[in-house]
Formats: sequence, C-alpha cells, structure tokens
Amino acid sequence: MKQVNRLPEGGRIDRARPLTFSFNGRTCRGYAGDTLASALLANGIRMVGRSFKYHRPRGIMGIGVEEPNAIVQTGAGADTIPGLRATEVELYDGLAAATTRGWPCVNFDLLAVNDFCARLLGAGFYYKTFMAPRFLWRWYEHYLRRASGLGTSPQMPDPDSYEHVNAHCDVLVAGGGPAGLMAALAAAKCGARVIIADEQGEFGGSLLYDTARLNGNPAAEWLRKVLQELARCPEVTLLSRSTVFGYYDHNFLTILERYGDNPGAQDAGGVRQREWRVRAGRVILAQGSHERPLVFPNNDRPGVMLASAVSGYIHRYAVCPGRRGVIFTNNDGAYRTALDLVSAGASVAAIIDCRVEGAGAIAEPLRRSGVEIYQGCVIADVTGRKSVRSVEVVPLSADAGTPAGTAINLDCDLVAMSGGWNPAVHLHSQAGGGNLWDEARNCFVPGATRQEHVSVGACNGSFSLDACLQEGNQAGLDAARACGFEASPFSTPGINQDLTGDARPLQPLWRVPLPRSPHRYPKQFVDYQNDTTVADLHQAVSEGFRNVEHVKRYTALGFGTDQGKLGNINGMALLAECLGKPIADVGTTTFRPPYTAVTFGACAGADVGTLYEPVRKTALHDWHEAAGAEFEVVGQWLRPWYYPGPGEDMRSAVNRECLAARGSLAIMDASTLGKIEVQGPDAPAFLERIYTHNVAGMKPGRCAYGVMLGEDGMVMDDGVMARLGEQHFYLTTTTGGAARVLGWLEQWLQTEWPDLQVYLTSVTERWSTIVLAGPDSRKLLQGMDGDVDFSQAGFPFMAVRSGSLAGFTVRVFRVSFSGELAFEINVESDFAPSLWQTLTEAGERYGITPYGTETMHVLRAEKGFVIVGQDTDGSVSPLDLGMHWLLSKDKDFLGKRSLARPDCQRPDRKQLVGLLIEDGREVSPRPSFRRKPESSHNKHLTEILPEGAQLVEQPGGVPPIPKLGHVSSSYYSACLGRPIALALVSNGRARKGDVIHAALRDGRYIRVRIVSPVFYDPKAERQHAS
Amino acid sequence: MLLIKCPWCGPRDESEFSYGGEADIVRPAEPDALTDEEWADYLFMRSNTRGLHREQWVHEHGCRRWFVLERDTVTYQFTENAT
Repeated sequence: MKQVNRLPEGGRIDRARPLTFSFNGRTCRGYAGDTLASALLANGIRMVGRSFKYHRPRGIMGIGVEEPNAIVQTGAGADTIPGLRATEVELYDGLAAATTRGWPCVNFDLLAVNDFCARLLGAGFYYKTFMAPRFLWRWYEHYLRRASGLGTSPQMPDPDSYEHVNAHCDVLVAGGGPAGLMAALAAAKCGARVIIADEQGEFGGSLLYDTARLNGNPAAEWLRKVLQELARCPEVTLLSRSTVFGYYDHNFLTILERYGDNPGAQDAGGVRQREWRVRAGRVILAQGSHERPLVFPNNDRPGVMLASAVSGYIHRYAVCPGRRGVIFTNNDGAYRTALDLVSAGASVAAIIDCRVEGAGAIAEPLRRSGVEIYQGCVIADVTGRKSVRSVEVVPLSADAGTPAGTAINLDCDLVAMSGGWNPAVHLHSQAGGGNLWDEARNCFVPGATRQEHVSVGACNGSFSLDACLQEGNQAGLDAARACGFEASPFSTPGINQDLTGDARPLQPLWRVPLPRSPHRYPKQFVDYQNDTTVADLHQAVSEGFRNVEHVKRYTALGFGTDQGKLGNINGMALLAECLGKPIADVGTTTFRPPYTAVTFGACAGADVGTLYEPVRKTALHDWHEAAGAEFEVVGQWLRPWYYPGPGEDMRSAVNRECLAARGSLAIMDASTLGKIEVQGPDAPAFLERIYTHNVAGMKPGRCAYGVMLGEDGMVMDDGVMARLGEQHFYLTTTTGGAARVLGWLEQWLQTEWPDLQVYLTSVTERWSTIVLAGPDSRKLLQGMDGDVDFSQAGFPFMAVRSGSLAGFTVRVFRVSFSGELAFEINVESDFAPSLWQTLTEAGERYGITPYGTETMHVLRAEKGFVIVGQDTDGSVSPLDLGMHWLLSKDKDFLGKRSLARPDCQRPDRKQLVGLLIEDGREVSPRPSFRRKPESSHNKHLTEILPEGAQLVEQPGGVPPIPKLGHVSSSYYSACLGRPIALALVSNGRARKGDVIHAALRDGRYIRVRIVSPVFYDPKAERQHAS
Repeated sequence: MLLIKCPWCGPRDESEFSYGGEADIVRPAEPDALTDEEWADYLFMRSNTRGLHREQWVHEHGCRRWFVLERDTVTYQFTENAT
C-alpha cells in the first residue's frame, strides 16, 4: 500500500530505511522509527479493531501507552505476542500484525449485531444473563471468551531468555521527558548514582514533538545534548524501553526493560527482557500525563483521536492522520493541534470550543487564516461507521445546560479532541500517596506521600514545559542533597514558545449535555476498551451502586488492559455528577501494579526449567542412578523411590524389596534425614523442654524415638535423638522438616530461653546415613573388620556406638523404622560411596537388596509407624496417634498444656487406626517372606485404597453425609499378601472390628474393617532380635 | 518489599527474613497452673494492632538471629532505634 498520509518531510523517522510489514494479511510499508500505529495511519488504515462488547469498528485514538483500541497480536508460533498496543510496537521489517477481534474478519464482523441490540446488553449483562443454569456456564464461557477477542496465548515454550537484576541507586527517575531528564541531570551533576527509565524507545517524551525552542534551539537539540551529558556520567544508568511498573514498600521499584519488539531482539547476553528490582534512596516521578477524551455521542468512530496524538503523529512520525479535521476542545491546548494540521497541509473544518469566551492568543493566527471557531458549541453526533464522515455541531444554551439552537453538519475525516489532562499519578498512588482534586487545574494531582518520592512536571499537574524543567531541576537537586551530596545550583534552559500569552482556563466538560436520558442517544463512550458508556454508569447508579470501586466492577470501567488510562477520570467525574457529589468525594479507584502489562517471561526471569528449584542429591546419588533407580522428589531431595529389575513394574519391585528386608537383608540410603547436633551445658535441659519423653533419664550411648509438638499440642516433627555425651546430643528430623526444626529450636533458644547455653549445628550434609535392615544385618556387620561390638549384649536395641567399620570411621544407631533388626550407619559423606560399595559387596552372600522410599513406606506402615506430614496434618496430637507412652508426666514440654484442653480430650477426635479391606479373609494373616505372585486371578484382593479417600459409615445416602475420617497411607503388603492402610477415624481406637466404608471417586464404596495400626509383628520381637 | 534492618547484618530485603509475629509474649512459667482460657489467650490471642506494633523477625537466610522491631502496621515504616 501507498503511504498516503505520509508528509514529504520532517519527523524522527529514517526515510533511508524503508520497512515492509503486514497488517491483517495486507502488505504495507513504513520507515525505521515508526510505530505500528504511525505506519498504519501513514498507510491510510483507519479501522484497526473491533470493540470489546459491541464489536464496533475502532481506529487508533492515542499515540502511546493510553491507546485503548489498537490492540494487536504479532508474530506466529512460539514468538507470537497477544495484547500489544500498536502505538507501542516499534515497526520492524517483516512484522506481521493482526487484530484480535472480528469474525470472520475485522471489516465484516458478525458480532457487530451486538451494537444493534445494545439495549439488551447493559451494565451487568453477563452477571444477569449467564448465571443460570449453572451447568451451561462452561459452554457460555467458551463463546464469551472467543467473542471478547483477547488474543491467543502462545502454545509453545518461550524461546527467549529473561533475567532479573537487583540494583541500588541514590535517585531513581521514572520517566524520561523534560521533567525527568532535567531531574536526572541535576542529581547526576551532584554526583548521585542515578537510574532513569523511560518506556519508549527514545528518551524525550513530549520533546520528541514539541515545537518550543530551548535556549533558542529546537527541543530535539537540547534533548541530544542532555542525553550526551548523562551518558558521560559513570554513575548514571539510562534505561530506554523500560517501564517503571511497580512502586512497592520502602522505595522498592520494579522496571521492565525490553529490547525491541522484533523476534530475536536481545542484548549481547541474549536477554530479551529484564526485570530490574531497584531499591532507591529517593524517587522522582516524572511520568507525564494522559490527555482526556471528551464524551459525546459516537465519540468512538474511527478518526476520532486525541488532539495530542494528532500533533504527535505529525511532528514525530511525519504522518497526518486526516485531510480535513475538526477540533473539539474545552481548553487552549488543542488549538495547537489545529496549527499543526494547517502546517501539515491539512484543512481544519472548524474548532468546536465549549467555552463561550473561546481561547486566548493562540486562536488568533487560526482566525486570521480563516478557520471557523464555534465558541460555546459542542459536537452532538458523529457519522461514519468505519470512518468519520461528518460531525453535528450544536450551540449550548446560555446556562450551558443543554444544546439549544440549530445543529450544523460539518464534513470532516478527523476529530481531534481534548478534554484536558490527567496527571499519571499511578506510581505515586501505588506508593501509598493520596490524590487531591484540584479545581483550578481540573484534575487529580498527587497529594501527601508516604515514601521518599516526589512528583514533578505533568504528573504533578504542572503542564507547561517551563514548569516541568524547573520542578525537575529542583527535585534532582533536593534528592541528591537528601542522599548526602552537595548540591550546586544549576539553571534550566530558557523556553521560547510562541502564542502562549493570554491563555484562557479550561472549562470542565465531562460529557456533552443532552436534554434527555443518555440511553436515548447514540452511545457516549467513557471507557473505549471495555465499551463502558454514560448510559451504563447511569444504569449502575440507578440500580443502587454508589461506591466507585463497585461501579467499576459492575460496569467494567477501567478493567481493560489499558487499566482505564483514558476513561477512568471521566468515569469518576460522571459518577460524581450522577450521585450529585463533588468529584473529590467520589475519589479514584485503587491504582495497583503493574502500570502496564508485564510478560510472564520477565516475571519468571531465569527461574525456569532446571533453575526453577534447586535439586539436592545425596553422596550416593551416582550409585542409585547406575543401579537404575526411579527417583522421587522429597523436599528438594531426589531420593531413590524403587529399583526396578529387568521387566519389573513398580509393584513387583517394591514387593521384592520388602520381602528382602523382611526375609534377609536390604540396604537403603537415608542420608536425607535432617541431622542436628546439640551441644552445651544446658543441652539436656533444653531438649527436655522440646521433646515429650524423659531426656534426663537417657544415658550416653542411648537413643530414643522423639516427638516434638507445637505449642498447640499438635505433632510437628519426629525422629531419633541420641545422647552421645553428657552435653552432646544428635537429633534426626524428617527429610522435609530439617530446616523448620532447626529454626524452631533456634527460636526458642533465642527468644524465650536466651539464658540457656546451647549450640545448634546442622550436619545434614556432613553425614550420610546407610540403613541395613533385615535379619541378616548383624551377621553382615559382624563379618567385617572393625572395633564395634555388634552382638546383642554389646549393642542392644536403641543404642548408639562409634568406632571403625571396614576401615571407615562410623557412628552406628541400632534403631528400626522397618520393624526388623536394623542398623543405621552414619559416615562422613565423602566416604559414603566407598562404604556403600563395601557393604553391598560384602552383603552379596545374603542377597543384599537396595530399597527405596516406597519400600520404606510399606515396611513402616506394616508396623503402624507414622510419617509426619502424611499420617498427620498439623491437627493431629500424639494422643490421636496413640503415643500416650511417649508423654512424660514428670516435666513440662512444649505443647503439653494444650493436650489438656477440652478439644484435645474429645472422644470423637480422629485417631490412628489400621484398615483392612473386607474380602472374606481373616483379619490377621500369617506373614510369609517367600516370593509368590500376587493373586492376579482375584483383582479385588490386590486393589489398594486410594490415599485421601473419605471414610463413611454406610454407602450412599443423602448429603450431607457425616465423614468419619480419611485414609492417610495405603499400600500392598507383600509379606501379608494383602493391601493394608492407615487411617484417621473418629473415635477409631474404640471401634476396632467395626466395618465402615471408603468412598471412592468413581462412586464405588469399599467395605473396610477397623483394626490395629500394627499389622505385622505386634509384639515387636523382630527389631529386638538377639 | 520491606527493607529490614538486621541488627547484625544491616539493611536487607524482606525476602531474607521470616516474620515471627507479635513480640513480648512470654511463655507462662507454669502452664499447668493456668486455666484453659488463660492458656488459650497465650496460645491464640494477638493484639492485631493498627499502628505501632512490636514484632519478631528472624534473618532466616542470613545470620539466623531473631530480633524485635517496631513497625507501623498502617504505613509499614519501622521505628528507628526502638528497643
């Protein structure tokens, strides 16, 4: 296509670098320096999308971050990006952009029928219509989402790299327009470390299209010099294409830095986007302001634009968006757009100024050149469905109440409107600052601050270039001074701006007044992106909504991806009008981060894939891998889950491992257990308060099973604790609880009992733990070199011994989590692989079998040993687990008092029990260690209960059905030849022998009998074996 | 993200710390002597202050020391040199 609207000269585009791109499949041309929006306008493309709800044709309205209509999706495949504003996409060669709404295409959209039945689609339409019947919501949702046309997410992994950077600076400047640049320069000249970020590809903000002269030179000249000067300061970081999107507590701000929009755009390190996390001494907010649209019937026709955007396209991109423009304004500023249109060779059909007295000096040259100025008039309608064709102008009556007099039709193809300016108070508000309604300037301006920041320039309501520079200068000096730098006064450039004298004040015009209800006129849009109209706001108020936050949610005002940058303030003022309240009393909705959209890639940074979470491996990991182990993740540890032999599935591998532990000899890596050394003169007294059992009675060389409770009496962690010396203890914790327990102990020592002299050291990684379990374990150890006496008399159950074994220095615990004769051998981790190798080789004659966590779980469940966090959930007391024997009556310990609370004494508390599936077999079968195939002819004999299954008295029934408890652990027990389960059942201990039912997700119920949780070796003879 | 002054390591990001709740709650010396209500008060009830609040923090991913700070729960500002 031809660039019909491109001006022959001017602009900041590079005419030597033409680019080709496509829009909705049409090939177009532009130049380097264009945005997608400026290139589309240059090519004469008016319609760039369809609106959210009514699917009305829409055109480009703004020039930057405020754009509500031109939402596009770029690229394809893994590189596709939805939801981009065309005004922010920098044009690149080969760019393929498409609108996201409109079916079958944007020029012919079947859903535009919504526009004609709009009376049925008022505020809250979705809430009212799609609520019932409930089961149809899924069907509705599918079509509503497609109709809303929010683009398509990429379906492939993101090929790009992202990173996070932490930074500190004295002064952070948000916004690189005149105020921000001046502030950065002033602070940098004092020696402060400065970061200045601007969201656009080029610094300068309004200077990029301002016609003013600074120190007698064009604005661009001053801009170039300042940037050069800043670049020379070693302590200044200039971040372009970088949006400060979040302002959090204690001057912590986040910046999204981008490297262009074309696929493959990245820095030298391969990073496409970077999230800066900055802690700043002082923050200077210089984000500028957004022009306010005017609200009048059909104010969304393609060709209705913000006046400042029209000027911006002319000066920055050398694109004149129309041939014959109408200006509609309530202030002097938009007259400059008329001058710009004239200078670009377009005609100005008229200036419609709602003020009876019109504008000041700036109107003179326009009048002289014959431009018609309608003072005290408004636009009452716009015609032209896909492109503006004409406007209807009516005078307002003397009391400015309603239009009066005869309407005039003016042909035009462009309406440039200006309703004043909204300072971008977003970051100020995020930081906890309040906003004040300023009657004189007719906008919200930043009020009191809660953090160390200041707003300068247009975002402070100071719209003149001179004020921007002055405020920026002062703020930069003040910030540097506050950070301890000596500030030397510094002058701002002199401004020459013609035609600024005698400026007349703006006259608020929140909507064009209409004689009757807004429902009776063509739609008057307040929020373009969400199709919120004046009628919607009126309806919300008439239905009883009063609070601005509620009205926002009911009408979707400000809910779009533009977050209401154009429409919100108009909406709030209109709400105030409806409610008959001052705008200050209605207030604004809450400003929350992010200011503009942040990609998930930037949020995640480098923390993806293998870097998502650290992986911890034991010293024996390589051996497990070589042995073909399947691993499971426990905490952050990779633990061998089971070791499948050739042709074995999980069940048969686990059965084999279990039978080896019960029948002969098995070996396991238990190195991931948390290990804490406790030393010091008060160590016994300290542990006495921590553990429930009697610690004083333990002699050096003895171990005990220990449980620690929270102060609420609930089981927090368990493990073996050993007394190595009078003042020296060694605790083990659960794998996942190691850090938590250490923190818990430290907390009590430091905050409650600082008088106790106790030292805690985590030794989890220092020691590796090798478990030998099975009746042959003692024989194996006795057959090896060493000085530890492994005989029953020399090494009784629950004893700990240190010494040498096969040349290794070891610490051996005779404890058993399997219920078999077992030894846990601790060795320094560096030596663990060779000791493991030695043990497995020596154990070959006993058929030594490595086993993983699954077998460990089966073995312990057969014995009724609980796993904290699986059979307990933070609401289970030791009384519920039947551990009365473990609770000392002779001392206080953490949580003891809580066990006496009435709730802990309730008889109907859930208690630990065993469950057996009722299959007609006797409850206590005789164990067997011979390998035998599972009875596959009768599948129900091998089906295990699902963990988490709810337990109920009877099958079926009418809800609500009382729940008795749930299955907490469930396995197939090879040595018992049947499935077993542990469960927490209300009053379970008193109900042994009862038959209840496990409710399955598939609707079945399984009959289960409540039994003792100890399925195997109830007298515990095997672990005590002599 | 708060900037928290660890008395041992200096100002660090909040992500290095864990919150330990209201400060100055002393564990009763003789829990058995307390009524259920008194024990529950110690165990569960907190002042939930709006305004200045003395609270415990631990430099979990640093020196692992516990300490007490005073913070305004409205403005999130810490009081300098509170004891």
